[in-house]
Amino acid sequence: MLETAFFYLFALLTLGGGVLMITRRSAVHSAIWLIVSLMGVAGLYLLQQAEFLFAVQIILYVGGIMVLFLFVIMLVNLDQAAKERQFVKPWWVALAVLLAIGGEFAYILRTNTGAFRFAVPVEQPPPAGGNTEILADVLFSQYLLPFEIASLLLLVAVVGSVIMARKRA
Amino acid sequence: MHPIGTVHYLVLSVALLLIGTFGVLTRRNIVVILMSIELILNAANINLIAFSRAVDNVNGQVFAIFVIAVAVAEAAVGLGILIALFRNKETVLADEVDLLKW
Repeated sequence: MLETAFFYLFALLTLGGGVLMITRRSAVHSAIWLIVSLMGVAGLYLLQQAEFLFAVQIILYVGGIMVLFLFVIMLVNLDQAAKERQFVKPWWVALAVLLAIGGEFAYILRTNTGAFRFAVPVEQPPPAGGNTEILADVLFSQYLLPFEIASLLLLVAVVGSVIMARKRA
Repeated sequence: MHPIGTVHYLVLSVALLLIGTFGVLTRRNIVVILMSIELILNAANINLIAFSRAVDNVNGQVFAIFVIAVAVAEAAVGLGILIALFRNKETVLADEVDLLKW
């Protein structure tokens, strides 16, 4: 019962924040509503017992990416852009296409609900340690190579964005 | 009221995906377009976590971590491009950047 209430609360935060984010005129307001939306997603992670990802979501998105966005908003002069039209002219075409896609998704989810009912997992001894411990175990053994590649990707991204953003000599 | 199952999370994820896609397709401000991309990636993450819970397997969460890493790299590079663009063209509106159009 409580879980249901919390699910709908976090869903409201996520979707409401998302809708307000794409409709605000000011980019700073958009960024703040994006924070609300991402907090809602973090709450959903917690409901799904993904505690480590909950912490990562808060620290990385709300603490890292949002600060990056706000920095750029302050570096780039957005006052002029805020006075202009915010949406492209044929926005209703995009709306129509997305409604069609949404209807398709709704149909599929409605008719194939049984496909998402999974076999009850065999009774296993509860895994030792908490969520973070299990996750680290899998990440650093089974997924070690992808992990290293991800770190390389981040290095390339850091160097690339510095080169992109610096002043031409 | 039904108990919350995997399908609830899938519906939520679809809704978030559509909101993000609408932002990417229709907004003119590049900063907001980049934020909408973050919404789309979060929708994918909700899916991964929901299925990770449903099949009682932690691999989905590991994938979500990789998705977050890629999202961070994308945001950093995208905002770097935005700063370089603003320095050269003095605009942040996506439809005014048409150097390659003609």
